[in-house]
Amino acid sequence: MIQEKKSKKGAFIALVCVVVLLLLSIVLENTLDPIKNTTFFTVLRKGAVYALVASSMNLLNGFTGLFSLGQAGFMLVGAYTYAILTIPSASRESVYYLYGGSVVNFSLPELFGGGAFGLIFGVLLALILAGLVAAGVAWLIGLPVLRLKSDYLAIATLGFAEIIRAVLQWDKLGPVTNGANALKSFPTFSSFNLPGLRLSIFMAFLLAAICIAVILLLINSSYGRAFKAIREDEIAAEAMGINLAKHKRLSFCISSFFAGVGGGMFAMFANQAQAKTFTTAMTYEILLIVVIGGIGSISGSCIASFLYVAASEWWLRFLDTEMYIGTFKVPLLRNGFRMVVFSVVIMIVVLFFRKGIMGDKELPDLLRKRKAKAAGREGAK
Amino acid sequence: MQYALSIFLSGISLGGQYALIAIGYTLVYGILRLINFAHGDVFMVAGLFLVYLSTWFPLWAALPLMLLFTVALGFAIERAAYKPLRSAPRMSVMISAIGVSYLLQNLATYITGGLPKSYPELPLLSNNVTIGGVSTKWVTIVTPFLVLVLVLALQQLINHTKVGMAMRAVAKDFETSQLMGIKINSVISMTFIIGSFLAGVGSMLYFTNYPSIVPLSGALPGLRAFVAAVFGGIGSVPGAVVGAFIIGMSESVIKGSPFSIFSDAFTFALLIVILVVKPTGLFGEKVTDKV
Repeated sequence: MIQEKKSKKGAFIALVCVVVLLLLSIVLENTLDPIKNTTFFTVLRKGAVYALVASSMNLLNGFTGLFSLGQAGFMLVGAYTYAILTIPSASRESVYYLYGGSVVNFSLPELFGGGAFGLIFGVLLALILAGLVAAGVAWLIGLPVLRLKSDYLAIATLGFAEIIRAVLQWDKLGPVTNGANALKSFPTFSSFNLPGLRLSIFMAFLLAAICIAVILLLINSSYGRAFKAIREDEIAAEAMGINLAKHKRLSFCISSFFAGVGGGMFAMFANQAQAKTFTTAMTYEILLIVVIGGIGSISGSCIASFLYVAASEWWLRFLDTEMYIGTFKVPLLRNGFRMVVFSVVIMIVVLFFRKGIMGDKELPDLLRKRKAKAAGREGAK
Repeated sequence: MQYALSIFLSGISLGGQYALIAIGYTLVYGILRLINFAHGDVFMVAGLFLVYLSTWFPLWAALPLMLLFTVALGFAIERAAYKPLRSAPRMSVMISAIGVSYLLQNLATYITGGLPKSYPELPLLSNNVTIGGVSTKWVTIVTPFLVLVLVLALQQLINHTKVGMAMRAVAKDFETSQLMGIKINSVISMTFIIGSFLAGVGSMLYFTNYPSIVPLSGALPGLRAFVAAVFGGIGSVPGAVVGAFIIGMSESVIKGSPFSIFSDAFTFALLIVILVVKPTGLFGEKVTDKV
């Protein structure tokens, strides 16, 4: 009872925080000079997308204990579904110029009558469909793959991601997927900018926040507890009456659903969708974000993804350019050095700070603990 | 006929090259139960070592030095990235392996400036030869025999020396062999040394067939070799070799067909089929999980 009250209070505080963040994103985007702060805005948008994808991966790897490396593949499915469904009919000819137009001849925003209403509902529906298609693919893949254990599962999902990439780049599917060429000119985050009010970052934050909230609710439900039980000990969980196959499949499909939505959002962020960007390296990147944030902590994943994106796109940029202090040329600094420093930092985290930023705690847990300590009640969890 | 022969030749040589990488995977997995994701990148770095060493030294000195450096790299990776995590959950070690792979790729990009480096011409291996009307390089002919010799030597080492016996014991049971007075750390280092040595030889054979080498050129051969190791039954050296030849041959056949874009997809499909149908692979031992 007390627990419930506490979590309700926590949920309320979290909601307030999210609303404040969203408002802040609107304020920031409209007060700061958009030309001077391009990098900052890019970091915010990409960070939001990565936060969602990292949370979805954390749901699977951190909470259910299924070590899957197929995230980029599901993102790819989501990105393509979103792009194919939303490219305006007028632009289809030019996007699919190699294949003489597309087979899919409608676009969701136009089906809803175009305009602002059509845009919002079309994009939302396309994102949901992107998630559903990714979840469907995951269900199919899960049939054989989920029977495998830890590292075999990792390598099999990695393999499936590669297969998906090969299939989507296939020439014969060109009229649908545009072969190996990029899909472009679909609605992006900046399509939501009103005259006089820029909302692109707000949209990215809002979509990511809604999805992450759903993931959090799921983790705190009885399903989430079943997932954690499976992570701790499969045999004990089964003995407690948890249906292993069903719960694993559920976790895999839901995680892929959000990866698919994240993929659609990534396409919105990048203004294009192309199969060759969604490589294994992307999965590794997301996995490293999850590790840095703490395996089993959603708020950790969110913080880590913003830190990761900011560090790689912004803070460490100076390492890539040659620098002179007076006449002294700083050694080592040249193109590519940023990534070396970055991967060394990641290795240090992986080796020496294995718990990451948050461990398996969420932000409210930390606050609560401090309060409990202050009141002199040791051991309160 | 000529076409079939050329496909066969390239399949055999690819298979041999994959076999040398696959042995590295299978030995490490047999002992540490770890997919050494960095192994493919060690293979790539070995190629880069030769590129740089051959500009500074004559080739007869560069080749042994390359092998020496590759072995040192493999040893260093194990000591720095895997040894501190010996008592950690398996997932952490795997993540560490992924981190090492990321680091090696970025380091290679930094040093090469992201540009493709042309691989030096090796005397004899790079020369052309014509067999049955098919023109190919000597390396295609040499590879299977060299692999055979190396694998036989490795089998001798594993089955008939003290180190080999220790390796088999550690693979069977980590803790018991420790109690029996086997120095686990040196045995593990030994497997990494052998694996890196073979990867170095493999890189010499593999990159001779290609004009240049980029930081990402180790990733896919590494994954394919890993699939080969799983296919043959991970932990078993003969299994890895047989698996590698099967994978190399099927890749060569598909690359020659209109479905060449699906060559990797096929490799992974093969992996999934074998994992579902016979998870222990062709020659693997059955492992039972205890509660």
